[in-house]
Amino acid sequence: MQIPAPFDYARATSVADALALLERHGPESRIVAGGHSLLPMMKLRLARPEWLIDINDLFELDFILRDGNQLRVGAMTRHTTLLESAEIAGLFPIFADAERVIADPVVRNRGTIGGSLCQGDPAEDLTTVCDVLRGEAVIRGPGGERTLAMSEFHKGPYETAVGQNELLCEIRFPIRPRSGSAYEKVERRVGDWAIVAAGAAVSLADDGTIDDVAIGLTAVGVSGTIAESEAVLRGEKPREDLFVEAGRLAALASNPIADQRGPIEYKRHLSDELTRRVLRSACARAAVSPSPTTQEG
Amino acid sequence: MTITVDHPANPAAGDADRPMGYGRIQRKEDPRFVRGKGHYVDDIVLPGMLHGAILRSPVAHARLVSIDTAAALAHPGVVAVITGQDLLGLNLAWAPTLSADVQAVLVTDKVRFQGQEVAFVVAEDRYAARDALELIEVEYDVLPAVVDARRALDPDAPVVRDEIEGRTDNHIFDWEAGDAVETDAIFASADVIVSQELVYPRSHPAPMETCGAVADFEPIDGTLTLYETSQAPHAHRTLFAIVAGIPEHKIRIVSPDIGGGFGNKVGIYPGYVLAVVGSIVTGKPVKWVEDRSENLMSTSFARDYIMQGEIAATKEGKILAVRTNVLADHGAFNATAQPTKYPAGFFHIFTGSYDLQAAHCTVTGVYTNKAPGGVAYACSFRVTEAVYLVERLVDTLAHQLEMDPAELRLKNFIKPEQFPYLNKTGWEYDSGDYERAMRLSMEIAGYDELRREQKEKRERGELMGIGISFFTETVGAGPRKHMDIVGLGMADGAELRIHPTGKAVVRISVQSQGQGHETTFAQIVAEEIGIPPEDIDVVHGDTDQTPFGLGTYGSRSTPVSGGAVALVARKVREKAKFIAAAMLETRPEDLEWEKGRWFVKGDPSVGKTIAEIAMGAHGTVTLPEGIDGNLDAEVTYDPPNLTFPFGAYICVVDVDPGTGHVTVRRFIAVDDCGTRINPMIIEGQVHGGLTDGVGMALMQIIEFDEAGNNLGGSFMDYLIPTAMEVPNWETGFTVTPSPHHPIGAKGIGESATVGSPPAIVNAIVDALSPLGVTHIDMPCTPARVWEAMQGRARPPV
Repeated sequence: MQIPAPFDYARATSVADALALLERHGPESRIVAGGHSLLPMMKLRLARPEWLIDINDLFELDFILRDGNQLRVGAMTRHTTLLESAEIAGLFPIFADAERVIADPVVRNRGTIGGSLCQGDPAEDLTTVCDVLRGEAVIRGPGGERTLAMSEFHKGPYETAVGQNELLCEIRFPIRPRSGSAYEKVERRVGDWAIVAAGAAVSLADDGTIDDVAIGLTAVGVSGTIAESEAVLRGEKPREDLFVEAGRLAALASNPIADQRGPIEYKRHLSDELTRRVLRSACARAAVSPSPTTQEG
Repeated sequence: MTITVDHPANPAAGDADRPMGYGRIQRKEDPRFVRGKGHYVDDIVLPGMLHGAILRSPVAHARLVSIDTAAALAHPGVVAVITGQDLLGLNLAWAPTLSADVQAVLVTDKVRFQGQEVAFVVAEDRYAARDALELIEVEYDVLPAVVDARRALDPDAPVVRDEIEGRTDNHIFDWEAGDAVETDAIFASADVIVSQELVYPRSHPAPMETCGAVADFEPIDGTLTLYETSQAPHAHRTLFAIVAGIPEHKIRIVSPDIGGGFGNKVGIYPGYVLAVVGSIVTGKPVKWVEDRSENLMSTSFARDYIMQGEIAATKEGKILAVRTNVLADHGAFNATAQPTKYPAGFFHIFTGSYDLQAAHCTVTGVYTNKAPGGVAYACSFRVTEAVYLVERLVDTLAHQLEMDPAELRLKNFIKPEQFPYLNKTGWEYDSGDYERAMRLSMEIAGYDELRREQKEKRERGELMGIGISFFTETVGAGPRKHMDIVGLGMADGAELRIHPTGKAVVRISVQSQGQGHETTFAQIVAEEIGIPPEDIDVVHGDTDQTPFGLGTYGSRSTPVSGGAVALVARKVREKAKFIAAAMLETRPEDLEWEKGRWFVKGDPSVGKTIAEIAMGAHGTVTLPEGIDGNLDAEVTYDPPNLTFPFGAYICVVDVDPGTGHVTVRRFIAVDDCGTRINPMIIEGQVHGGLTDGVGMALMQIIEFDEAGNNLGGSFMDYLIPTAMEVPNWETGFTVTPSPHHPIGAKGIGESATVGSPPAIVNAIVDALSPLGVTHIDMPCTPARVWEAMQGRARPPV
């Protein structure tokens, strides 16, 4: 049994209560949601919060809600819920691609989207998913609510824009017509962190050209989406030679480190290979995705 | 020999469907496991029990400058803090290993591996003990570490064991087997020679239950009761008598339910000794259970062999000879558990399943700044490394000769009529029919069809590989005249008592860690004396309740204790004949046996069942001269030879050309373990071993950085395969009984672990061969496979 350093525990009853607890217990308090990243780090004594504030009773943050041209996902939505949601599968197939390869069913039953994003592990998958879907983070704190683009949300490995006295409450995703998205990961074993993963989202104009595209990479030191690769594709019809060029540029943009999962060269190769794969898949999905009229019908 | 009765597993089946002996029955021990009622070391709670925790070194090689325990002692709940200096006073600072070396229980002079035991805290609860570890202040003077075994013998390498007088290098032993001159002569004139360096990287058994102990020293009468995670309780008792100076009759070792061993629980770890010291010092029971990282970083690793192998053949594909030089990394202490005569275990079975003209090996063991151990993880005393060597070499030869690897093997197998077969390194293989097993495996696989599919896929640029491994194991150590561990001969006792009502208890020395002993051994008794397995209780794991024996490892339970149990049952059966004769007022020679009863020859209606005889023995029947009033017996079985199970494995893999990711699509395992006692248990053992093989082949390695830091200290870094990485296992079997074993059985526990890694690696190399790849070392992670595809395969160490 691995034993964490001593800590105290409080269970929040509402968002307001969680914020009050954070305020009361100060900088050494940490929010715990699913706990599948934080608790192992505590057991290894790599993380040593003095207070854990448990938000698992905040059922008001567990939702998936279509709101006009937005999909709103509560921060306490479990991975399993995201994986099994037909609505999400229809709008953003990248979620099912990614969720299927996040950890294992036991972890997915407990882990949450908010927890994953706030933990900010550099090999965490949903960061790339939210980046390429151009999500927005809704954060509440003592001064009220603020909304940040994902590019402003991430501040580097294990760091986000969420202040010590704030709480990530939901993530909002714009819904676009004729869009498709995909995610692919290479791992040493099911449930291992990614060696490299890539995600892409595209939306097509009426003439079939790429109206917008976002490409992201996981676990290779890239923050935000890869503008160089995106620029190659925007305004063009999807074509294999463009995917190849986008992959090449993604590999150049990647900044991996060598570790037990692989050397730098291999990770750069995967950045290229997986970028091509997710672009092919996302474009193919966009081509068959419903037009705005059928969506509203 | 009639042996297999394959009933479907069906607990609701009537008595008529239940085998009275061998056959497929559900495990007797499972109801308590599936209901969460297993009882493990960590479930033991004794009155007044204290809890221990070990402070471990954060560095691999360092002089110990000072330890300050004052703050830890002052921590609430802490009862004692024990250091190496305290143990020096008790003469317990160093303990003998199972290989005639010594190992530090707590560091006194210098740290020799990361994770080594530095101090022991005893506290009122495990939280206080763990928290207090952080309050111990230790000053280390860090030294350069010896990490790379290839450099361990360099003249300028730091000396790991400078406490041994006169020691100026890291050399442990040189050992050889076979005939070097004869082998070299054959190599000198051979048509074809293929050479390959093969690395079997360091891996870890990683049982689900980590190691632990509860020590209860009773100061008034000087008795020690030690509950511990032990695969070998009797051997541990003797060693504790030697280590701790407690008279052996005052020591009781209890090994309760064990959550997996795989060799990890053969040795005596410092933590066990510290629990005992803690109990002696405090006068209270002390529990110590290590956490996952401690288990992975400090307890017995496996493998770590760097093998330079060569195979010689004629151009027609007749294999002539194999030779190899091995560099064995033993870590900081030589703590491997091998029979004394064999410092490299049974590695000299590297001649495999082939009729060779010559063979030779040398093995050099070296010290490095890594955790000690070396024989663990279902390896059959280094047969794993040997099989990997020869099966990779044979495949490499097939590639060189442009021959089908199945055909090359079929051409070179030892023939059934050559058994018993004396190989070139001194083994006498007991029995085998290799071609039959190979052909069955190919038939199940649809081998020719697979090759056709592969050809088509290659034309489309897809990477599909088919790999074969044919292994011969040597298990069941072993004959006392050849084999001992620290002077204890490797024979096993067994005791059988038939109670007056015909129910029985059999007491065995081997301890189950999941192998199903409570079922298998009951079935052996049932087969021999004809009472149902459910009427036979199997007692094991407690030295006060069981006869002496060397324990469960190296697949020795069935070959050694299985023989003992069959013989003790026959002894009871023979005794029953005399009692039955007295009861029937006839002569013993006029009786005939059918399963469960003795009856009068020519008059089957007149007889006595075992239950009736048992009641008679304990009752008022007038017993013949020399027969005492019970139906009990005991034996100690000294096996005349080891047993040689074998198997033919075929693996099919697909490799993603873009990522190097390997999928094991199919795996066919045909095993021959002689007589099959419980086919369901055998299949379970095979399934587990094959899964182990996938782990080793694809993902497992305990790596170190240049400073000797262990990079595999948690399950995030040391990967265990899951159901997602393994295919549906396709198993088959042949039965070639052992001629010398009382029931013809051979061991099965490690066959699949031994046999599967080379099949998987051979399949991966086969898949990549269109790219010019001829070898890849384990673990075949996506990155390492991709590097091989780029022509840059590199050894893992």
